[in-house]
Amino acid sequence: MSASLYLVAMIVVPAVGAAVAAALPRAREELARPLALGVSLVVLVLAVLTTLAFDPAGDRFQLTSAVPWIPDFGVDFALGVDGIALVMLLLIGVLVPVVVGASWYEVAPGGRSMKTFFAWLLLLEAMMVGVFAATDVFLFYVFFEAMLVPMYFLIGSFGGPRRQYAAVKFFLYSLVGGLVMLAAVIGLYVVSTSELGEGTFAFEALAELSIDPGVQKLLFLGFFVAFAIKAPLVPFHTWLPDSGAEAPVGGAVLLVGVLDKVGTFGFLRYCLPLFPDASRDFAPWVLALAVAGILYAALLAMGQSDMKRLVSYTSISHFGFIALGIFAFTTEAATGAVLYMVNHGIATGLLFLVVGMLIARGGSRQIGDYGGVASRAPLLAGTFLVAGLASLALPGTNSFVSEFLVLIGSFPTRPVFTVLATLGIILAALYILLMYQRTMHGEPRGVLALPDDEPAPTGTTGGGGATALAAAPARAARRSLDLDRRELAVVAPLVALVIALGVYPQPLLDLIEPAAAATVSDVDADPEGTD
Amino acid sequence: MGFQAPDLDYAALAPLIIVLGAACVGVLVEAFGPRDNRQPVQLAVSLVGTVGALVATVLLAGERQVTAGGALAVDGAALFLPGTIAALGALSILLFAERALDPARSAFVTSAAVPVGSVRDRELLTSPRVQTEVYPLATFAVGGMMLFAASNDLLIMFVALEVLSLPLYLMCGLARRRRLLSQEAAVKYFLLGAFASGFFLYGLALVYGATGSIRLSEIREAAASGDRRLLLVLGLGLLVVGLMFKASVAPFHTWTPDVYQGAPTPVTAFMAACTKIAAFGAILRLLYVGFGGDEWTWRPLIYGIAIVSMIVGAVLGLTQTDVKRMLAYSSIAHAGFLLTGVIALGAGEDGSAGLSSTLFYLLVYGLTTLGSFALLTLVRDGDGEASHLSQWAGLARRSPVTAAVMALFLLALAGIPLTSGFTGKFAVFRAAIEDGAWPLVVVAVLASAVAAFFYLRVIVLMYFSAPAEEGPTVGVPGLPTTVVLAVTATATVVLGIVPGPVLDLARQAASLVG
Repeated sequence: MSASLYLVAMIVVPAVGAAVAAALPRAREELARPLALGVSLVVLVLAVLTTLAFDPAGDRFQLTSAVPWIPDFGVDFALGVDGIALVMLLLIGVLVPVVVGASWYEVAPGGRSMKTFFAWLLLLEAMMVGVFAATDVFLFYVFFEAMLVPMYFLIGSFGGPRRQYAAVKFFLYSLVGGLVMLAAVIGLYVVSTSELGEGTFAFEALAELSIDPGVQKLLFLGFFVAFAIKAPLVPFHTWLPDSGAEAPVGGAVLLVGVLDKVGTFGFLRYCLPLFPDASRDFAPWVLALAVAGILYAALLAMGQSDMKRLVSYTSISHFGFIALGIFAFTTEAATGAVLYMVNHGIATGLLFLVVGMLIARGGSRQIGDYGGVASRAPLLAGTFLVAGLASLALPGTNSFVSEFLVLIGSFPTRPVFTVLATLGIILAALYILLMYQRTMHGEPRGVLALPDDEPAPTGTTGGGGATALAAAPARAARRSLDLDRRELAVVAPLVALVIALGVYPQPLLDLIEPAAAATVSDVDADPEGTD
Repeated sequence: MGFQAPDLDYAALAPLIIVLGAACVGVLVEAFGPRDNRQPVQLAVSLVGTVGALVATVLLAGERQVTAGGALAVDGAALFLPGTIAALGALSILLFAERALDPARSAFVTSAAVPVGSVRDRELLTSPRVQTEVYPLATFAVGGMMLFAASNDLLIMFVALEVLSLPLYLMCGLARRRRLLSQEAAVKYFLLGAFASGFFLYGLALVYGATGSIRLSEIREAAASGDRRLLLVLGLGLLVVGLMFKASVAPFHTWTPDVYQGAPTPVTAFMAACTKIAAFGAILRLLYVGFGGDEWTWRPLIYGIAIVSMIVGAVLGLTQTDVKRMLAYSSIAHAGFLLTGVIALGAGEDGSAGLSSTLFYLLVYGLTTLGSFALLTLVRDGDGEASHLSQWAGLARRSPVTAAVMALFLLALAGIPLTSGFTGKFAVFRAAIEDGAWPLVVVAVLASAVAAFFYLRVIVLMYFSAPAEEGPTVGVPGLPTTVVLAVTATATVVLGIVPGPVLDLARQAASLVG
């Protein structure tokens, strides 16, 4: 198989897998689980093969392929990856099998169809790959919007109690951004028609254009709004806590782990290279939003009583760091931002998974419903701690490297914003450690406490309707609360990556840096040529 | 001055001759055919007429001329649109012929003249007799629509308008169930439609007064001379009002929700798809051929109407609780999107992007909307179709396939990529931006976002809500409706994923003679 077909296969294989899963007869629908696992592992293998075929020192875009798709619009089905897209594909490859494993039993009850869950999940995987691998702006847009549909159904059909609201809010926010971007995409095409004589959507041709600064600003804003909603930056963020909290755990992992990265990826791939002048003009504003988001979301995270909402807010805070790194316009900061995108996917993905496992045991999302879980489930608590520490970027974990790179890379050009952002690190320690301490340590209490070690009926403070129903069988069975083998297999790869990338991030940095440098040189605002 | 018979090119007229001939045969069958097997005969006659017209149109492809004394155009648009109308008309006629869904074997009343609620009416409600006048009526309407989109002369355009409207007025009143609502719809449509025809006729007279001609090409020349502008602009305005009424464009839309709701659903499907295409065909011809050299007389007008229509359709659609009414407002919003394509006269490399994108949009919109109304006929309760939104709750549990197909149509109407609706929207938006109308496109994308909310709401109900107690049943469609749904759903997907050939066809068809 020629290397450029790997990317095509990474889209086609999960798409076909989704169709097969959807077509399974209802009596045999458990087959969807091994099918989904197998397909997602194939994609992981393809992602690794793609990485092996990729030469970091070579051209910016590699493994390219293009076939005409809609000749009347000048659209090609054009795929290719740079280092940034490649690491995102690796992240997808790792996260989807993990999510399949984590969702193994979760989706069965309630009369909901299990095969549908895995079919949507695989379709989502195909579209996520497409959105990062597209080198045609139209194709990117198609994946960007079409990706909403599987996620919408995942949240709406398999989510929590307010899933209808969350699903519609998610869809509409993203759709509004996407439609504004559609106008800008068409505008870009029209500009290319007038400059090149023939309209094109090919990224590399569009990056060569020199667009009038006024038009650039409008087009930049069109793209920016879509990506800022997706990423999300404050004040476009309000959909994420709802979606993150209501989505099924697997969906939430992919939502914050991968889908939202399309926003920051879009900044790097489209906003900076296509509209360099406008990017420079708007950079102070974007940075202000980024830093405001870091601090504001961190404060909100501390105030949450719902664990899934808390994790969603931490993500918004982290996205502020990523945006800071991108709009600082130095190679170091941009490299750090891309690495941050990967690390955040791993760390927050792990955190969501562990929180999900805790919720599966206790039946409540409220922090106040738990206490002293560590004494009954030491492995769960340990994984929780690893995920939390990775999330707050403790040295030795993967996030530290990227956060540090972002901060030292941004400081030379944007000292004030960087110093303010640093406060976010302290807040991160607070919101993570407080959640960990309240749920895992102290006297066992709340929904997971055994009757004999329940101190007082004050257990459900701020319970928000803690489900005594779910707690009762747990108590009665007195079964072990700790992670079982399936759950260990699910979290183990992510824990391993947290440590491995914390100690030795160099292979990823080697992939990312040339692409980050090329992106920054497109903006051409690297003051001392830090690379 | 002696009368001189115009020169007729019978080959060019063949599609119209076939379809109107079939309609006349249908009338004869109605009058003299034996009652027992009238239904299959009528169905066959009308299908032969519409499909025959489609075939004749396809055979004319590439022809460019003006015939019948300059009254009829034969060009790309005047073949593409009548062909589309004939095809969708044939599909609609299949819907009329559905006999498996209603326990009384037909969606149409047996005898429309019997007063509602009378003893005879109750008897007829369960009678196995089916009424067959609807087939020749529909065939006449198809003929009128095809002529409407191809007329090169305002008077012919008016005649076509009446030929298509009169059967529709009647057909709206033929519902077997909820007859009062249906009759109200028919009366409303008739009164307002007659009023709109009056506007058209008045505008025709003023334009004739200003230019001394009713031929579009001559109007174009006279308009260029700049004489009697006031009269001309007034006349144009009145003509546009008449046409916009038929195309159900806000602010001339008020009949649309009531009529769409009251009419028998197969008739609604027919109107929503075919009438819109025909009316836009006439709008394109009037504006591009008649006033194409004088763009700035109509451009601000259409610009404003497009914005109003998109906003009215999208915002009022939000408040609807009846699926048929919701789709009616959706059709108003889509009329606004279509006008963004109409605005773009002269856009694109060869100056035809506006026309070709509008043609393409009309085709995909017609297919999707026909499919969605066809699907409505499946969801039923004891009193006919269950079109109240609340009745659709949990439909996906009851009938996954029905819900999936409906979700597909709704996503296409919302313009989500990989469906035909997105391709169409992209085409018209691109044409408008190329023409510099980007503020209009910004309004259009925002309206799309608002409209997406009410499409999504139906999906939420079908998929994410618990099924209602006492919910509706989902009928198993017979062959005709199955064919319609299969064709429309397939087209919705295929034109979203590989639209290339059809876009190419629309581009080749984007020519107007005159």
